[in-house]
Amino acid sequence: MFDILEVLFLYLVFPGFLFSAVVGLLSCWVDRKVTAKVQWRVGPPMLQPFIDIIKLLGKEVILPRGAYKFSFFFFPLLGLAGITLVSTMLWIFNVFPDKTFIGDLIVVLYLLMLPPLSLILAGFASKNPLATLGASREMKLMLSYELPFILAIFTIVAKSHSLLMGNMVTVQSTQGMYLLSASGIIAFIVALICIQAKLGFVPFDIADAEQEIAGGIIIEFSGALLAIYKLTKAIMLFVLPVFLITLFLGGINVFTLWGIAQFILKYVIILTLIVVIKNTNPRLRIDQALRFFWGKVTVLAVIAMVLALVGW
Amino acid sequence: MKRLFRWALKRSLYVYHVGASACNNCDIEILDLLTPKFDVERFGIVLVGSPRHADVLLVTGAVNKLIAPRLREVYEATPNPKVVVAIGTCPSGNIFQDSYNVVGPLDKIIPVDIYIPGCPPKPEAMIAGIVKVLEKL
Ligand code: SF4
Repeated sequence: MFDILEVLFLYLVFPGFLFSAVVGLLSCWVDRKVTAKVQWRVGPPMLQPFIDIIKLLGKEVILPRGAYKFSFFFFPLLGLAGITLVSTMLWIFNVFPDKTFIGDLIVVLYLLMLPPLSLILAGFASKNPLATLGASREMKLMLSYELPFILAIFTIVAKSHSLLMGNMVTVQSTQGMYLLSASGIIAFIVALICIQAKLGFVPFDIADAEQEIAGGIIIEFSGALLAIYKLTKAIMLFVLPVFLITLFLGGINVFTLWGIAQFILKYVIILTLIVVIKNTNPRLRIDQALRFFWGKVTVLAVIAMVLALVGW
Repeated sequence: MKRLFRWALKRSLYVYHVGASACNNCDIEILDLLTPKFDVERFGIVLVGSPRHADVLLVTGAVNKLIAPRLREVYEATPNPKVVVAIGTCPSGNIFQDSYNVVGPLDKIIPVDIYIPGCPPKPEAMIAGIVKVLEKL
């Protein structure tokens, strides 16, 4: 087992908070830069997301009149803590597959739900009508994407006959990645679409639609709170692709240089896919998103599940 | 620490655009700044949707009776440190200033850090104005 100092180091520095925040913010930069390139602009400099965070930390934090103080300040932090924990766990399972424990996949799934949930609560706590609207949209969006997302993940469970993430990594390192099977690729596509919604990127940025509801949940966040929100989003942008890589693309091998290069390549490919989807689609309405997820995407996920059970 | 924050502030301005009864011409010129030709995101300047996120308030238009209290609210909703930039000749007074419903000029309502004149000002002029504000910070 780990002792307490080791745990703190793992959680706060590597591969926890510091590491995932830095990589996440770099990914944010990639996102903004690619977006700018798509729009024929030059785009921000590389350190821009870091500068934004520093600036926001130096600004005043305003508690809106009538807001619930505790929930308003506490829940964004909870979301950040949750997503950092996911990052730590994923890396530990990838590097030391024997550290896995029964049901760890379910723990990760629950923790991945924490940031949206806590943002919903913080949005309601701010007592702004637009934030409330954003929070209720986010809630519906969550209801819609969780079903196909979990089905896609359980396709992998059906294939590997276990709930241990460490097991999935070891099996894939000997038998090839799950992506290369019929059910694997369908499940991967489903999971990728769900991740787009989890990140709140276009076409599923319904909850924080800047144009109609002025940022939705985050409308009342100022200064450090906004910085926490941005960090949470940045870490999610890093963690969710890593989650996909762990389940579908054979995990991460950090002991050889080739393994690390492979990981970076896979990560960049998934990130680019996400950014390209983001830049080539218009925003859906919430009812369209719900129909899309519970209709087409769920059907796809069920097909993947059946294929996996048949053994493809 | 203060110097670090100021350094960061200069490189990452979040701009909230307040239309205080403008003729919409200035507003369009502001949007020009985001187009590929000028692309102010190169300098970390982004348009945001809520005054709570903003560092800079870009105010356009001759302030009328209806908008003045809202303008004050928006100003108070913006977290410190903040900068107010008046775009166009409207906020400082032009042919509209004697109109029956105009209560401007803008600096009677909220403190203004810099005026960028022009009807509407050129995007280049706005960039030059923002640079002057940054020097002042
Ligand atoms: S300054 Fe001129 S262009 Fe700008 S809002 Fe006033 S009248 Fe319109």
